[in-house]
Parts: sequence; structure tokens; C-alpha cells
Amino acid sequence: MSESESIIRFSHVSMQFPDVLANDDVTLEIRKGEVFALVGENGAGKSTLMNILYGMNTPTGGTVTVKGEPIRVFSPGEAIRRGIGMVHQHFMLVPSFTVAQNIVLGTEPRRGLFTDAARTDRIVEELVSEYGLKVNARDRVEDISVGLQQRVEILKTLHRGADILILDEPTAVLTPQETDELFEVIRRMVREKQMTVIIITHKLYEVMAISDRVGVMRQGKLVGVCNTCEVNERILSSMMVGKDVLLDALERVDDHDDTVAIRVEDLYVSDNRGLPAVRGISLQVERGEVLGIAGIEGNGQSELIEAITGLRRRDRGTVEIQGVDTRGMDPGQIRALGLAHVPEDRLSTGVSAQSDITDNLVVGKERRKPFSVFGFHLNRRAMKAYAKEVFDRYDIRAAGIGTQVGSLSGGNMQKVVVAREFSFDTPVLIISQPTRGVDIGAMDFIHQQIMAKRNASCAILLVSADLDELYRLSDRLVTIYEGKITGEFRPEEIGKQEISHYMTGGGREASVDEP
Amino acid sequence: MDLSSIFNVGTLLNTFNTATIVILAGLGCLMTAQAGMMNIGIDGMMTAGAFAAAVGSWYFGSWGMGLVCALLAGLIFGLFYGVMVIRYKSDEFIIGVALNIFAVALTTFILRTVLKQSGSFHPASGAVNTLPYFSLGEIGGTAVNISVMVPLSWLLVALCAVMLYRTPAGFWLRAAGEHPDSLRSAGRNPEKMKYVGALSCGLLCGLSGAYLSLGYLSTFTENMSAERGYVAVACVIFGRSHPVFVFLAALLFGFIDAAGMRMQGLVDPTLTATFPYVGTILMMVFLALRQQAKKKAKA
Repeated sequence: MSESESIIRFSHVSMQFPDVLANDDVTLEIRKGEVFALVGENGAGKSTLMNILYGMNTPTGGTVTVKGEPIRVFSPGEAIRRGIGMVHQHFMLVPSFTVAQNIVLGTEPRRGLFTDAARTDRIVEELVSEYGLKVNARDRVEDISVGLQQRVEILKTLHRGADILILDEPTAVLTPQETDELFEVIRRMVREKQMTVIIITHKLYEVMAISDRVGVMRQGKLVGVCNTCEVNERILSSMMVGKDVLLDALERVDDHDDTVAIRVEDLYVSDNRGLPAVRGISLQVERGEVLGIAGIEGNGQSELIEAITGLRRRDRGTVEIQGVDTRGMDPGQIRALGLAHVPEDRLSTGVSAQSDITDNLVVGKERRKPFSVFGFHLNRRAMKAYAKEVFDRYDIRAAGIGTQVGSLSGGNMQKVVVAREFSFDTPVLIISQPTRGVDIGAMDFIHQQIMAKRNASCAILLVSADLDELYRLSDRLVTIYEGKITGEFRPEEIGKQEISHYMTGGGREASVDEP
Repeated sequence: MDLSSIFNVGTLLNTFNTATIVILAGLGCLMTAQAGMMNIGIDGMMTAGAFAAAVGSWYFGSWGMGLVCALLAGLIFGLFYGVMVIRYKSDEFIIGVALNIFAVALTTFILRTVLKQSGSFHPASGAVNTLPYFSLGEIGGTAVNISVMVPLSWLLVALCAVMLYRTPAGFWLRAAGEHPDSLRSAGRNPEKMKYVGALSCGLLCGLSGAYLSLGYLSTFTENMSAERGYVAVACVIFGRSHPVFVFLAALLFGFIDAAGMRMQGLVDPTLTATFPYVGTILMMVFLALRQQAKKKAKA
């Protein structure tokens, strides 16, 4: 890659959302005609930075310059005029329209009052042959594969004259073969059309395969930019993971009993698209231990947890809670076996955002005494007294128990979820992403609560994208990659860099040369 | 039983006459449906149109002004629906039901307090000027007339189909209904297209009302749409919002209605009056069964 002129320049760009600093003083140059990969864990700020470039967010600080001209008005229309196209994770396509109709939507060729269907097809066929993106102009979008739909999205940006293309996690929805085809297309666009491509991803082998340069983000900051040929996956993953956050060690009481509380045998689960997400996972969690599941998001963790808690149908395999096979049980029946669940997405499944703190803390117990006397009549006074007690014990910071949960900060909302689930006093806890987007104080508090549960002989299954968290809490760690368990470790016997290698598909062979 | 007393040229003409009410209202309903809104306030919009047409025609002494009044009434109802559903994101079903109740109440109220009539509108002086019609001569000893609105409704079916499937505005309207963000990301405003849908729905329902009171009958009677607005909604669902299929569904409805009327001599008339509605229910059951079969075939 020859040294060429810069086409995009971010200088000191910051993006402050109400409760999180998503981009923190990012300065970055992207060169004309290169494939630039932007990597980082979820929440590192990669998508936010690209949404700024595409005009969907207006930065709270700094400037963005495209082709030598600073952007003053941030809007997608403005970005399109500057030749920037973006393919979002969620496609912007009308399912019942044909490929060609989707590509020209908004700028349909006309003949008199009418759309010119023949010319529409011809325009699209020309685009297809010019860029070698094979897709049939007359097929309906709802009938074609996700990989082809993505091509339609790319063609749409090309039709609008884009020469800078942003792809937001383009391979997340693709099969390996479709991924190869996409990469071929990207290479051709760069080689033959001198386009500039920015690809957001967290799959490191893809970075190695496609990019010229790579930028690594962590917690809103750009921690480094390298020439891809000068780094390897291990260096990148250690940049992504970063340094330890210094927190005091937690007190661990070890009188571990050997009773197996969660047993998963040869489990297969499909994702929403019907593709295999969990592919033959077996694991056990005993009373009084925390089993941590380490993996890059989207490798089957969510589906695994949903299958265990009964929220998702399993294709094959068994799940036993407290020695009882949960086949055919609904989530309520599984909970009744002694399981509580802190779900990964607190806003959509963890709380009722419109309800107040009292209702959110009591829900699930409302049929029990003293909240309900005859099974239908709610005793508000008892509910409030209970909520007040939990509110104080879990140090929830809000005006009072009548506050609407949707108005709380992420940390306090998470405390509400943790408080509710932990106060069921169940022997089994399934916890997903307990401290995502939570400030460090609340994080430490929640960690202490989890450890207290462990010390009280609960069996805890913990899924987290945060390695520091997993190391701090887990007694055992398993790594998960593409729906399979790739390794099992004790946290003290493996370093974070080595474990992140297992999380990105590297096997034992690759780690043999670890010094 | 003589089948020719039920299925004859008269039945065919009645089929077209009755179907026209549902065709026009169905076209209105599908314009909102294509823009992503299920409008069950069709019946109310028709009632308002019918009332405005009859009173306007009498007051100004011309069917043309009656038509203009009906279109205006439809437009106002369509605008109200649009503002509530698009701008204020109200529940479309609640707004639709509200329109239906409100239209019956308002027209009855004005009829009784302002025009001092009840049941139906029969002005003491002047007359309700009806729409022009074609005379088809005599068939079986009775003079047969066809309102201009009948062929006009067929023309509108073609016009709606062309607009929706052959013009940029039609593509945008359908995109606004199916995936608004895709239209937004293409630099067009989906809300604007939804308003186009709501307003054209009002206009078409106004026309349907005008035909009711100035063509099908020759004056306004309280609650005169007789829930045909709901039948139009059913036809739109049955015809999957495509103008031509909705047209065919409306014709089927018109035929059942006309055949039922012919059978009044054979069966109790209160029973034959239920035929169109029973037919509608059967159509919906058929549709539901077919969709389930399709789902099973896919899985």
C-alpha cells in the first residue's frame, strides 16, 4: 500500500451521551484507497464514531474533515452528498420490492409521470457488471439470502455515488463462504475503483484478512492504529482487552459442596434466523462456584442462556436444574425449580421501564404473602415497605421507590434487576452482562453481591464480555467460540491475552508457543 | 325454485350498484393500508361523506356541490386520522373506532337539531340533486339506470393500481408502509407519504359516501353506511391491499348482497340481509385457513 493522501480526518472527536462518554478525544486519519478496520469490544465506541461520520450523530466535541472540507451539518443526506455510504447492521430494504426497486428507491428513473421499470433494471444491471456484485435485479428482496441483501445495500450506496463505504459488522450475518465473497468484492472496489472502505468488526482474523490498517478502540478511546502487516491477532486482542482495572480482591469463602446444580449436556440451539448458534455445549456448575463464560459477543452465549432459562427452544440436548430435566418447561416452571436470571439486556427484558421501582422489585413475588393475601388482592403497603428495605440495602440511587425505572441511570437500573433477582434467594443464578454500561462504583457493588451469593453456596453461571469481570468473579472459566466450548481454565492458570486467543477461534496449537 | 329469478341481468346490475360502495371505500382503505396504517374508520368517513353530499346537494341545489362537500368532509376526517396516527402516534384502531362513532353521532345530531328531521333527510323545500346516471332502457319491464359513479369507480381502481405500482410516489407510499426507515435513508420523508395515504383515503371514502346518498339512494338516512365500511376493510384484507383484488372482493360482496335480495321472496328477508356479512366472515375464514396452510408449507 503506497502512502497516499488522507481522505477523512477526525480530530479530537468526542461524543457524550447522557450517561456515557462513547467517544473520548479520538484523532484518526483514514487514507484514500485503503481498507481500514476498526476493532474493539462491544461498547468500545466504534459504531458511534462511524455514525458520526455518516451524520447520524452530531459529535459533542472536535471536528471531522472529509476530502479536505470540515463537516458542519451532520445528517445522512449531507454524508451521501460527500460520497459516504454506510451499510448498517440492520438492512434498510423494503422486503416486497425487487432488488432494482430497492436500489433506486427515492431516485427512481422516470418516463413522464411514471417510473421507468426497464431503465431501472438496466441501471442496476450496469452497476452489477461494473462492480462484479452479482445479484438478480428482478428478484424480490424477501426471497434472497442475507448475503445477497447485503450486496443490494452496497449497490445502493454505489448507486448514490459513494466512494467511501462504511460497513458495520458486515460479516455478523454471513456464512463463511459469503464472507469470502464479500472480501473479494471489497478488494475489487478498492483496487479497481480506488474506493475507501472502513469495516467495523470484532473478528480479528477478518482484520488480518482484509485490512491495510487497523485502529483499536477501547472504552471510547482510540488506543492505537497499526499497519495490519506489522501486527498479529494476539497483539490486537491484548490492545482490545487493555490493562486491568484495579479493584480490591473479593473475599472468597471456600466450602464448596459438590452438588451439581446446573447440568447442560450436548446442547444445540438455533438463533432467530434458524441458524445453529449453540453447537453441542456441555457444562456443569456446582453449588458454591461461579462458572464464567468468556467469548466475543454473538458466539452463542445469548442463545445458550435463553435455552437454559427456557426463553428459547432447544434443538437437542438436555438441561438439568437441581437434578430436574427441564424439557418442555416454560420459563416460569424453570424458575420454580430454584433459578433466578439477570438478563443481558436490562432495558428490554430486565425491567419494566414505565413502572416504578416498587413494582419492579416486587414483580415475581406479587402472589406471595404478604404482598397478596388471597392471590389477587395486592397489599400496596407491604410492597412499599419491602421495596424501601431492598432499595436501601442495594444502595439504589434515586429520588425514592416511586421513581420510574426508565429514568434511572444504567447502574441503578441494573441494581434494581440484581436486587429483584437475588432476593428470590434461589440456589441457582444465571447472570448475563451484570455490569455493562455501569459505572465503576456500581460495578464493584454488584460484584460483591455476586460473590456473597457464591459464598452462600449458590451455583452461578456468569456470561460477560468483560474479561476483568470474569477473572475477578469466576472459579472456573470456559471460552466459547461459534457455539462451541474451546477451552476450560482456572483463571489463575491462564493470562488474558492467551484466553482472548481462544475466544477468537485460536486453538491449543496456536498457544503452544506461548512463552 | 327457479334459479333464473335469482341469477339474472337485474342481479348483475344490483351487484355492480352495491359493489361500487365497497369498491370506493375499499380503495380508500387500501391507500392507508399500503402506507402502513390499518384504518377501520372507513365507515365513519363514508357516513360523513354521505351526509355532506346530501345536504350540500340540497343547499347549493347541485349534485356537483354535493360532491365537493362530500370530498371536503372526507378530507377533514382523513386529515384528523392522519394527524392523530402519524403525528401523535395514537392507536390507529382507537382513532378508527372513534371516527365511526363520532360520524354517526355528528350527522344524526345535525340532522335532528339543525335540519329538524329525524330518520332520514327529506327537505320541506328544494330537493336533493342526485348524481347523473346512464339509462340502459328497460329490462324485464323496469327502467334500469346506472350511476356515473359505477364506471368512475372502475376507473379509480385502475388509477390507484397505476399510482401505487407505476409511479415514484406509489413506490414511496408502499415503502413508507413497509419499511419507513429505508425510505428515510433514501432521503424521502415517510411521514409525508403516510399523509398522502390518509388524505386520499378520506377523499375516496367521501366519494363512496356521496354515491351512497346521491346515487345508490337519493337522500341521507341515519347510519346509512350500514357497516359496509367494515366490509370494505375485510375486502382490503382479503385482497391483500391490491386495488384489483380488492375490486374483485368487493364485486363478490356485491353479488352476495344482490343475490340475497332476489331471494327475499323465498327466504325470510331478515335472513337474506345477513348474507353479505356472513359471506364476509366466510371470506375471512377462508383467508385465515389458506394463510395457515401456507405457513405450514413453508415450515
